[in-house]
Amino acid sequence: MGNYKTDVIIIGAGPVGLFAVFELGLLDMKCHLVDILDKPGGQCAELYPEKPIYDIPALPIVTGQELTDRLLEQIKPFNPVFHFGQMAEELKKLDNGNWELKTDDGVVIEAPVIVIAAGGGSFVPKKPSLPDLDKHEGKSVFYSVKKMEQFRGKKILIAGGGDSALDWALNLHPIAAEVALIHRRDDFRAAPDSVNKMRELVAAGKMKLHIADLKALHAKDGVLAGLMAHNKDLGEHLIPADTLLAFYGLTMKLGPIANFGLNLHENLIPVDTEKFETATKGIFSIGDINWYPGKLKLILSGFHEGALMAQQAFRYVYPDKKLRFQYTTSSSSLQEKLGVADKAA
Amino acid sequence: MRIFVTDQDGKTHECEGIEGWRVMEIIRDAGLPIKAECGGCASCATCHVYVDEDWLSKLYPPREDETDLLDTAPDVRDNSRLSCQILMSEELDGLKVTLAPGTEP
Repeated sequence: MGNYKTDVIIIGAGPVGLFAVFELGLLDMKCHLVDILDKPGGQCAELYPEKPIYDIPALPIVTGQELTDRLLEQIKPFNPVFHFGQMAEELKKLDNGNWELKTDDGVVIEAPVIVIAAGGGSFVPKKPSLPDLDKHEGKSVFYSVKKMEQFRGKKILIAGGGDSALDWALNLHPIAAEVALIHRRDDFRAAPDSVNKMRELVAAGKMKLHIADLKALHAKDGVLAGLMAHNKDLGEHLIPADTLLAFYGLTMKLGPIANFGLNLHENLIPVDTEKFETATKGIFSIGDINWYPGKLKLILSGFHEGALMAQQAFRYVYPDKKLRFQYTTSSSSLQEKLGVADKAA
Repeated sequence: MRIFVTDQDGKTHECEGIEGWRVMEIIRDAGLPIKAECGGCASCATCHVYVDEDWLSKLYPPREDETDLLDTAPDVRDNSRLSCQILMSEELDGLKVTLAPGTEP
């Protein structure tokens, strides 16, 4: 919740959104960033934090997480404001010419410039492909746990073999009426300690473990009563449960950006290659989510796009000021902004 | 070299296979609908395919990270693989795969 006013709203706190804070900051523009994840770094932090990246200029090898950490250090002098765990939901033009962005968490931000750096879109939970799943979502089928109390006394089936599945099986076990785990194989990629704890509970008969595939929801009078599962030994069988918690990781979906009126090209946002602005004045798009002839989905291209975008954004934020092009190596005013004025020769 | 790819709607397409390319890249390059959101670094499972039974024995077995990642794909079967982890070679000329649910862009 909350109302804010700033110079630039960046949708997406991945590497390209983060570096845009730097380029905008050098030109005295303050930023708010909105991201669906609960941490910065986007794909780099969520999909491959441990994987090495080899094509960042001057960094022969860097992991997704290291790149994120270094960018955060680089933009620290500009004090960006982050709104994590929120989806940019609604964008509208105000009478004063500014944009107003609303998030699904009720945060409202006003700014003259919007930068969409949303990569492949919003990270949303991967869903099992079960018929009628949507009818039960939010009532008896969940992909995350926001309030544990909601699950007190429930008969829960947890699906998945990673840390989320195991952590929640262990955490909900004391308050639920029953917790069972279903996974496609008797091998878990979760932390060994959690797996051991789960195995102990299963051995003691306090938790059930089903090695099987989910096939269908079983509802009685519209209320979830169990899940149909299948494996080679038992064939089709019913697992009674009133709640399904499915943890299959995250995937990216474009989401509400599709409704921002930006004439998408195959789910990408067309921009010019001079300012990386969309056909709507004041709305820019940089990084993997934009499209122009010759586009390459590379982090380094997104950095370049951010630098050029900032030049035009300045003209909207400071229409009466003249833009002075300067280098960080030689400009004492830029060095002051970066907090390095004393260190520079 | 060629491969046969059945898309999510059940239509089969013949694609030119190139030695050393990942099967995911061949499918993507042919313009077929494949999400492959991590770009081929075995991090997302959105290039999940079912490999035709006749071809399973000709593939290198999956590495542990591929098997782990398949846990996050819907409708995994015994012949499930990530197409970014299959390298095209002469032995795979004629390979048949089907795009699994969850690979739609």
